[in-house]
Amino acid sequence: MRLYATVAAGGFRRHATYRVATLAGLFTNTVFGFVFSYTYIALWAERPQLGGYSMSDALAYVWIGQALITVCGLMGGGFEDELIERIRTGDIAVDLYRPADLQSWWCAANAGRSAYQLLGRGAVPLLIGAAAFGFTLPDGLSGWAAFLLAVALGSFVSFALWYLVAMSAFWLLDGQGVVQVAWLSGLFFSGMLLPLTVFPGALGEIARALPWAALLQVPADVYLGRYGDGRGLLRAYGFQLGWLALLLAAGRAAQAAATRKVVVQGG
Amino acid sequence: MAEQLLSEGATTGRLRTGDPYRSGPGDALRTYRMVAAMWIRSTMAYRTSFALTLATSFCVTFFDFVVILLMFGQVQGLGGFSFAEVAFLYGTTGTAFGIADLTLGSLQRMGRRIRDGSLDVFLLRPAPLLAQVAADKFALRRLGRVLQGLMVLVWSLVLLRDEVAWTWGKALMVPGMVACGAVIFMAVMVLGASALFWLQDAAEVTNSFTYGGNTLLQYPPTVFAQDLVKGVVYVVPLAFVNWLPALYVLGRPAPAGVPSWAAFAAPLVALVCCGLAGLAWRAGVRSYRSTGS
Repeated sequence: MRLYATVAAGGFRRHATYRVATLAGLFTNTVFGFVFSYTYIALWAERPQLGGYSMSDALAYVWIGQALITVCGLMGGGFEDELIERIRTGDIAVDLYRPADLQSWWCAANAGRSAYQLLGRGAVPLLIGAAAFGFTLPDGLSGWAAFLLAVALGSFVSFALWYLVAMSAFWLLDGQGVVQVAWLSGLFFSGMLLPLTVFPGALGEIARALPWAALLQVPADVYLGRYGDGRGLLRAYGFQLGWLALLLAAGRAAQAAATRKVVVQGG
Repeated sequence: MAEQLLSEGATTGRLRTGDPYRSGPGDALRTYRMVAAMWIRSTMAYRTSFALTLATSFCVTFFDFVVILLMFGQVQGLGGFSFAEVAFLYGTTGTAFGIADLTLGSLQRMGRRIRDGSLDVFLLRPAPLLAQVAADKFALRRLGRVLQGLMVLVWSLVLLRDEVAWTWGKALMVPGMVACGAVIFMAVMVLGASALFWLQDAAEVTNSFTYGGNTLLQYPPTVFAQDLVKGVVYVVPLAFVNWLPALYVLGRPAPAGVPSWAAFAAPLVALVCCGLAGLAWRAGVRSYRSTGS
């Protein structure tokens, strides 16, 4: 356990060194936040209460989305490129020799990265957006705590998803195609472009049931207090935990199969 | 090492290697074509992978448009603009940005090359640096974005067939604005890449003007705060990519108190942007110090 705590701290520190990149990312998130905010204002002015959100809720949703892009890996987990490269070049063999589990190792490193991004690229856009548009805030300290827990779970679900994507490189070697498909699904089904509650009919129901909903839609709805009493909140966490368990298990199975393959090939 | 060669070449005039601004545009184009062709050949070695990435590139941008379709499933108009008009804005900026992204999208990778020192390799070759870096890892799959933008543009023109009082001027404005828009986006990309010589990690700032500008221009200017609109007219002249010419075509007043003749200024703006980008690039190359690894 101490090992993984060290790995997580390393992940945090490593990303904390890219200060200019963090600032550049912050700037980009803020610009997109403004552009999306104005289009949402136009949309909600035409259709108040669209998707069950007030205008103030919708604006909060925009900035939560911008804040969570890197934290919950909506458009890429932030580690899969490196992992795929290690698989492609064969460096992964070194990782497999380590007296640590591959999945847990990367999970810990990603948790550190995620925590840094929450401070570096998550908090500030949310503050700027709140100052510029004065949107809905969570219900007191317990509301913030509930939101942060949902964000943490979302970040782990994202890890599990992207780890599974990276594992495909063992078979395909060139992971680019799969990464792009995953990126595309994340972009659309996380609800980053438009809240999943606005998606019509069956498309909306499917989108809300897919794992990507756990990355942004669920944390945002927890933030907005849309799950009501404790039981609703537990259901939301249950949804995230369910996908987390399923995806982690799938990733583990893929890893086991891949390891056997590596041994056979590596000879 | 590269630096040494560079200065030597500059003083003696014998070694022209890596001196990117001494060669003519013909050189640059030839280099670009050669490097791009090489990358296309290498991409075609994995045809299935190429087909998949081309399809996803198409879909990524298509989902962008799905959002607009979903919005118009809920409302009749956005900021007083009809679906056909928003689709026209989307199609024009999407095609212009797609062309710029196809030709210069690789410039984004330059920050990494500066950081790990592999840019030195380019400087050593007797070919224009900008052309080499721009064609580096040329990705034909980015054609997907152009195709998608064109499709929406054609669709919007079909819808607008009777709504717009077409004249020759308006008809010629459509291809003209796409071409000028692409050039403006390219200039912004080169400007952003020039900044990387000083700020290696700042590649994402360019994204807010290119991808962010593209998203902004997909929606009518009436949707946005007027200060923001003024910013993209006078500061970063993205409004000339499509807003000003498109509003002329649609027969609507120009935003932010801009005179209507500004719609015709797009070529001039594109030219000025190119000049500025060229100057920034030269300044960047001059200040380049290799990591020395």
